[in-house]
Amino acid sequence: MNTMLMPLFTAPTIEFSALAPILIVFGAACIGVLVDAIMIGRLRGWRDEVQMGLVIGSTLGAFAYVVWNARKGVKGPLAMGSIMLDGPTYVAWGALLVFGLLAIMVFRETKVNGGVTAFASSAATVPGSAEEVEADRYRLQQTEIFPLALFSIVGMMVFASANDLLTLFVGLEVFSLPLYLMCGMARRRRLVSQEASLKYFLLGALSSAFFLFGVALVYAYAGSFKLGDIATKMASPTYGSGLLYTGLILLASGLLFKVGVVPFHNWTPDVYMGAPTPVTGFMAICTKLAAVLATLRVFYVALGAERWSWQPVFATLAVATMVLGAVAGLTQRDVKRMLAYSSIAHAGFLLTAVVGANQTDLGRTPSSVASILFYMIAYGFATIGAFALVTMVRNEAGEDNSFAAWSGLAKKSPWVAGIMTVFLLSFAGIPLTAGFIGKWTVFASAWRGGYGWLVVVAVLASLVAAYFYLRLIGVMFAGEPAAKSYVGEASGWTWVPVAIGAAATIMLGILPDAVLSMVSSLGAFLR
Amino acid sequence: MTFPWLTILGLLPIAGGLALFLPVKGAGRWLGMFFALLTALLGFTVAGVYSASGAAALDVKASWITSIGTYWALGADGMGLAMVLMTVVLTPLVLLAEWKLPLEGGKWSPEAFVALVLILEGLSIFVFTANDVLLFYLFFEATLVPMYFLIVGFGGARRSYAALKFLLFSLAGGLIMLASVIGLYAVSAKSGAPSYLISDLAKLDFNNDLGRLLMIGFLIAFVIKAPMVPVHTWLPDAAEHSTPGTATMLVGILDKIGTFGMIKFCLGIFPDASRWVAPVMLVLALISILYGALGAIGSRNLMRLVAYTSVSHFGFMVLGIYAFTTQSISGTVFYMLNHGFSTAALFLVVGYLIKRSGTADIAAFGGVQKYVPVFSGVFLLAWLSALGLPGLSSFVSEFMVLAGTFAREPWYAAIAAVGVILSAVYSLRAYRAVMTGPVSDTAASEFRGRDLNLLEKAVMVPILGVLLFLGFYPQPAVKLVEPTATAAMQRLAVADPAPVVEGVK
Repeated sequence: MNTMLMPLFTAPTIEFSALAPILIVFGAACIGVLVDAIMIGRLRGWRDEVQMGLVIGSTLGAFAYVVWNARKGVKGPLAMGSIMLDGPTYVAWGALLVFGLLAIMVFRETKVNGGVTAFASSAATVPGSAEEVEADRYRLQQTEIFPLALFSIVGMMVFASANDLLTLFVGLEVFSLPLYLMCGMARRRRLVSQEASLKYFLLGALSSAFFLFGVALVYAYAGSFKLGDIATKMASPTYGSGLLYTGLILLASGLLFKVGVVPFHNWTPDVYMGAPTPVTGFMAICTKLAAVLATLRVFYVALGAERWSWQPVFATLAVATMVLGAVAGLTQRDVKRMLAYSSIAHAGFLLTAVVGANQTDLGRTPSSVASILFYMIAYGFATIGAFALVTMVRNEAGEDNSFAAWSGLAKKSPWVAGIMTVFLLSFAGIPLTAGFIGKWTVFASAWRGGYGWLVVVAVLASLVAAYFYLRLIGVMFAGEPAAKSYVGEASGWTWVPVAIGAAATIMLGILPDAVLSMVSSLGAFLR
Repeated sequence: MTFPWLTILGLLPIAGGLALFLPVKGAGRWLGMFFALLTALLGFTVAGVYSASGAAALDVKASWITSIGTYWALGADGMGLAMVLMTVVLTPLVLLAEWKLPLEGGKWSPEAFVALVLILEGLSIFVFTANDVLLFYLFFEATLVPMYFLIVGFGGARRSYAALKFLLFSLAGGLIMLASVIGLYAVSAKSGAPSYLISDLAKLDFNNDLGRLLMIGFLIAFVIKAPMVPVHTWLPDAAEHSTPGTATMLVGILDKIGTFGMIKFCLGIFPDASRWVAPVMLVLALISILYGALGAIGSRNLMRLVAYTSVSHFGFMVLGIYAFTTQSISGTVFYMLNHGFSTAALFLVVGYLIKRSGTADIAAFGGVQKYVPVFSGVFLLAWLSALGLPGLSSFVSEFMVLAGTFAREPWYAAIAAVGVILSAVYSLRAYRAVMTGPVSDTAASEFRGRDLNLLEKAVMVPILGVLLFLGFYPQPAVKLVEPTATAAMQRLAVADPAPVVEGVK
C-alpha cells in the first residue's frame, strides 16, 4: 500500500504482433546458428536444406505478416517509440525480405560451382593451411552464411525503421558485422576476399565511430535520442547550432558511408570485387536500401526544419557521386568492378531525390520518399539478377569477371546475354524497363523540389553511365567469343532469382502503376 | 470507347516479332512476312477508317500510370497517318529486299533480323501515334534497342563502333529531352493535376524562359535524330556499316521522328518558343542542306553518299517547318513521306550493287550498265527521285517547301535552291561513276548476266510506283497532310504571307 514509492522502472511495452516480421527472421537466424552445432554425423548432409527451409520460411512468413499488418493499417511508434511503423517502413521491410530471399537463394547454388557453394567450406581456417585442405577434401561445408545473412536482414529492418538514434546505431551494427564476415568467406581467391573484408571492416568501424560521435553531439544539443524530439528541439534551441551542425555532419558521414556516396565511397569497388559474388548481390541492394531509408528518416523527420542548410550540401554530394561513379566506371574492365561504380552512380541519382525533399501532393503523386522507394525496388530486381548472372560466367579456376571472358557471350548462351542486357538497359534507364520509371520518378522529385539544374546534371551523368553499360552489351553481342571462358550450368537456385528479376524489371517498366501508386500512398514518414 | 485500331496496329508486328523467338525452324521469314503484310493490310484499313469517320474514330485514351498523369493515348492526325502508312508499306519491302541476306552474311539467324525489324515497326507506329508526351518518349527511346541490335548483328566490319556511336548520339538527345519531359511534368503538376496529354499541355503557358529551355531540350533530341549538321556524324557511319535494309529502316523511318517531333511537340506545345528559335533553325537548315550535299559529292562510299543526301534532304524539311507557312509545312510533311520511299529506293538499289560486287566503293564500279540495263534504269530512277525530277513525287514536295519558304524568306529559299543544284551534281555523278564510263574489272566479272532478278524487281516496283504515282497525282497525299500544317499554323498564330507563288494543287 505504499503509494509514495514511484516505480523505479516501467516495464517496456512491446507490440509483438506489429514487430513480428523482425522477430520471425531473428528467431530463424538464432535457430540457424544451432544447425551447424546440432546436425552432425549423418544429419550433416541435410544442413543446407534445413538452413534454406529456415530462410524461405522466415522471410516469406515475415513478408506475409508485413502485408497483413499493412492491410490492417497498423501504424505508429513501436517498442517505446524506438521503431516507427509507417508507410516507408512497410515498403522497406517488404522489399528487404523479398530481395533478401532472392539473394540468399543464390547462396545455395552448388551446381555451377562443381557441387560446392561459393563459400569457404570452413571460413575459420587459414587460407592454404592443412585444415583448409582437409575441410575441402571431406566437404565439411559450414552453413553459417545463412544465419549471418538473416541477422543482417534483421539489422537492416531495424535500421530502416529506427525512430531514435540509438536504435539506429544498434541496427547499423547488427547488419554490418555479419556483412563484414560474409565478405571474407569466398571459397576461391580467399586472400582477396579476406582483404576486402578487412577493408570493409576497418572503414566501416571508422564510419560507425563517426556516427556514434554524431549521435552524442546531437544528443547533447537536443537532450533526446528520439527523432521527433530533435525536430521539436530545433524549434526552440537551448544551445547554439554549432553543436547541431557538427553532429549532423558526423551523422551524415556514417549514413552516407553505407549508401556509398562520394567521398565515402572508396570501399565499394574493392569490397564488391573481393566479396563472394552472391554476397555482393545481397549487399548491393539490401545495404543500400536500408541505409537510404535511414538517411531519409534522419534528415526528413529529425532535421527537416534545417532543410535549407543540408540541401545544398547534399546537392554537391549528389553531383560528385554521379560524376565520379559514371566517369570512373568508364575505365573498368571487370564486370563486378563496373557494377560497383554503377552502384556509386546510382547512389548519386538517388541523392537527387533526397535533395529535392519533395512533399507536394503527398499520397497522390510520388513524393521524394516514394520515388526513392520505387527506384530501390526497380534497382533491386536488376541488381540481384545481374549479380546472379555474373556467377555463371566462368573459366577453369572459377568465376571470370573480366570483359575478355564476357566477350561474345551471346553466341555461347543467348539467354544469359539477353537477360543481362535487360538488366543493363534497366541500369542505364532505357524505357520499357523498370530503371527508366525509377529514374523518371527520382528526377521528377528533384525538379519539383526546386532542383531543376540537378536534373540536367543527372541526365548528363546518366549518359556517361549509359556508355559503360552499353559497352558491356557490345562486348557480349559483337565481340569474338572468348576461348577460355564458358557459361556454367546453374540450378534453379540461380535461375529463379534471375527469372524473377527479369520479369519484374520488364513488368515494372511497362505497367508500373500498381507499385507506383502503392509507394505513392505509403510515401510519408510518421513523426 | 472507340475500337482500339492503333493499339492493335502497333501490337501486331511486336507480337509477330516476339513469336519469332519461339522455335519456328525455317518458317521464320515466311511467318515474319505474313505479320508484316497483315500489318500493312490493317494499316490501310485504319486509313480507311480515318477517311470515312475522321480522326476521332482512331483516338484511344486510357489511364496508364495514374499517379504521374500518363495516359495510353494514341491518335493520328494527317502527318501521323502518313508516317504510319509509310512504315507499314516499307517494312514488308525491307524484309523482301533482305530475304536472303542473313543466310549470306552468316552472322545472326534470319529469324532474328525479321523479328527485330518487326519489333522496330511496331515501336515506330506507337511513336508516330502517341498523344502523350511520356508515352512518346518511352517508344522514342525503345526504338533504339532493336536498331542497335540490327546494326550490331548484321552490319559490316566496324558495326560495333557504328552501332555504339548511333546509340550514344541518340541517347544524348534522348536524355536531354528527358530533363525537358520531367520539367513539363513539374509545370503541369504545379498547375493542378499532372497530365502528359499533349492536348492538356498545350493549354499551359510556356511563353517564358522556362518554356524556351524546355523546348530546347526537345529540339536538341530532334535535331540529333533528324539529323542536322553539326550532329549528323553518326548517320554516315551507321549507314555505311549496316545492311541496306537496316539503313532503310533507320533513315527512311526512324529519322523522321526528328522532323515529326519538331512539328508535333516543339510547334504544338511551345509555339512561342518555336517562333523565338526559328531564325537559328533556318540557318542550321541551310547549313545542313549545303553541307550534306557537299558531303555527298565528296563521298567515296555509296552508302555514305546516300546518308549524306539524307542530311541535305532533312535540311529542306527543317527549312520548311521553320519557314512557318501552310505550304512549306505541308510540303515538309509530304517530303517526309516521299523521302522514306526515295531513300529506300537508293539504299536498296545500292544494296543490290553491294550484293553483286561485295563493295560499296564508288571507284570499283564503272560501265555497269552494259551488263545490266534494267538495273541501271532503276538505279537512275532512284537518283532522279533524289534530285527531285518533275514527275517524281520528291519534286512536288521540294517545290512546295521552296515556294512556301520563298513567300516568307526569299533569301533563304534562294540559298536553299543552290542545294537543289548540288543534288543534281551528286546524283548524276553517282550514276555516271557507277553505270557509265569504261568498264571496270568488278563490273566485268561480277555483273555479267546478273540483272535484277524477280525478287529484286518485286521490291523496287512498288517503291518506284509510289514515287511516280504521287509525282503525277499528289492530291491525296497533300490533302492528307494539309490539316497538320493548318493546325500547326494556328498554334503558332502566324498568318501566311500574301501568296507570291501559287502552289501545286
